[in-house]
Amino acid sequence: MSGAASAPLMRIEHVAKRFSGFAAVDGVSLDIDAGEFFALLGPSGCGKTTLLRMLAGFEMPDAGGIWLDGKNIADVPPHLRPVNMMFQNYALFPHLSVEANIAFGLKRAGLPKDEIAVRVAEMVALVRLQGLERRKPDQLSGGQRQRVALARALARRPRLLLLDEPLAALDKKLRAETQAELVQVQRRLGMSFIIVTHDQEEAMTLADRIGVMSKGQLVQVATPRALYERPRTRWVAGFVGDINLFEGRVTSQGDGFVNVATRTMGELRVAGEAGAGTAVCVAVRPEKLSLSHDLALNDTSARPGEVIDADYLGSLMRYRVKLKGGDVVQAVRANAAGNGAAFEAGQQVTVSFGPEDAVVLTQ
Amino acid sequence: MKTRRIFTRPARISAIAPYVWMTLFFLVPFGFVLKIALSQTVIAQPPYAPAFDLSAGWEALRGNLSKLSLDNFYLLATDDIYILSYLRSITVALVSTAILLMIGYPVAYAMARLPRRWQGIAMMLVVVPFWTSFLIRIYAWINILQHDGLLNSLLLALHLIERPLPWLSTDSAMYLGIVYSYFPFMILPLFATLSKMDGSLLEAASDLGCSRLKAFWLVTVPMSLPGVAAGALLCFIPIAGEFVIPDLLAGSENMMIGQTLWLEFFTNRDWPVASTIAIVLLVLLLAPLLIYEHIQRKQLEHG
Repeated sequence: MSGAASAPLMRIEHVAKRFSGFAAVDGVSLDIDAGEFFALLGPSGCGKTTLLRMLAGFEMPDAGGIWLDGKNIADVPPHLRPVNMMFQNYALFPHLSVEANIAFGLKRAGLPKDEIAVRVAEMVALVRLQGLERRKPDQLSGGQRQRVALARALARRPRLLLLDEPLAALDKKLRAETQAELVQVQRRLGMSFIIVTHDQEEAMTLADRIGVMSKGQLVQVATPRALYERPRTRWVAGFVGDINLFEGRVTSQGDGFVNVATRTMGELRVAGEAGAGTAVCVAVRPEKLSLSHDLALNDTSARPGEVIDADYLGSLMRYRVKLKGGDVVQAVRANAAGNGAAFEAGQQVTVSFGPEDAVVLTQ
Repeated sequence: MKTRRIFTRPARISAIAPYVWMTLFFLVPFGFVLKIALSQTVIAQPPYAPAFDLSAGWEALRGNLSKLSLDNFYLLATDDIYILSYLRSITVALVSTAILLMIGYPVAYAMARLPRRWQGIAMMLVVVPFWTSFLIRIYAWINILQHDGLLNSLLLALHLIERPLPWLSTDSAMYLGIVYSYFPFMILPLFATLSKMDGSLLEAASDLGCSRLKAFWLVTVPMSLPGVAAGALLCFIPIAGEFVIPDLLAGSENMMIGQTLWLEFFTNRDWPVASTIAIVLLVLLLAPLLIYEHIQRKQLEHG
């Protein structure tokens, strides 16, 4: 979180963009701090790429302002912005070598020749491409191309680096490695990164803060932990990971707890605040649901049910349990030492969770 | 890389087909022309000697082979008229190709930047003249350019000139005809490369500090060079051998090699010299053809 004293590196204020009547970005406001790794997360078509392209200058906002270091850059063309972008398809110049691709932006900046050579060598070392300097992009693997694109975007030492789904084209294993490298590079350079992704796991791995977008609007901005543990709306809760939702109405509240009358789980006591009579939703992550063989478990939240599915997922077991009322909930248990495959389909179990393990959602 | 057997029988036959085609319709006729080029002209039927008669047996064939000579090639290398014709052909082809490129590139670039649904229409407009016979179109130009033609009438009516100007039978008329006729051959390959250009490359260039003009020079132009080469060769090679357009539109004082060849063949009935001219022209044009093929292969390799 930015301290009140220091001004943010970038301030985005009420930015909007329409494409032939369709509001792609609909009044987004956001502050980005210096040295921050920020992720814009959302499903395809939510406007995250349009927002990023406005920050790069490829689209002009219809309304609102974009301030970088206190200057409004909303109308500044891309080649005059101290911001660089790494493209989803990398957009490497196929007729230029790795070296020439990285040097491209430096030459445009009018740097002296020997300094360009030093910086290119620096970048090549940073992304570990030594020995491939003279190759053309089509002589490189996907992962190598991705690193050339990163080096080229970083070479001009931008105030802010924008990354548009930079890892989408890589396979799963390479993506995990590259995520770690990306974080290392960002920490080492102390530069601000804004990444656009539709992959919540990627956003959580990389970012200091995540902004979740839906239908052109920023729904929630939070750290990965806060986003997962304390989602603000049902939609965010469902988009970021799996979740069990129990619809109900608040009967009473006090001491930071509310009592909610739900149709399927009966009366539940959950940490949170909401006025009596409000329609709410009690949300519990699958890993926070406990299963027990003890059918006489004495717990206010304990409910009987039947295991209908037990899926082995390697490190996890995932159970689907049908509650007495007919609703199905999901629970996961780590396959840790001693945990074993404790439940099987068809078994009668008790489902429970602690009042601190659930969230009350009003939206 | 190991080659795997992925070719089925029909695939193998279709792989051979171009070679069969080339042998039947290029190599064999080329052999005939080469043989005539090495012969001497005579007043007879056929108008050259020796004439091969396979029924006369092996000995006669050997005797005839020894009568072949390089005399005609020597003639071509020493007589001004042929050397000047070749030079004029190459010059005309070079100048025309340069003009075509200067007009064609901006047009193809503009076409490639049109919205997709307009591109088809623009393409139609470029190709539509092909639906009329080439000869008719050149004759139409004669009508436009002649002494009392459309152009002079128009200029007179607008009081831009006082008396008709001689347009027809000039080099300008010939260049006009050539540029007009070969325009689609320049446009199509240029349009093909320019319309395939990835727009994100230009965005990347501007992101890295290029103005629009700079991005055009540093990205669009170098990336369209294969198209430029294809268009230039597609025009240069046939223009160098052009016969009809200079004959109908240019003056008669200078001849292109195609006209000289026609003269030797039909007016002088000198088949051996005409054949020699054809073979030397082929060899001269082989160099740009080989360059063209090399570029095409490189393009294929790079997808």
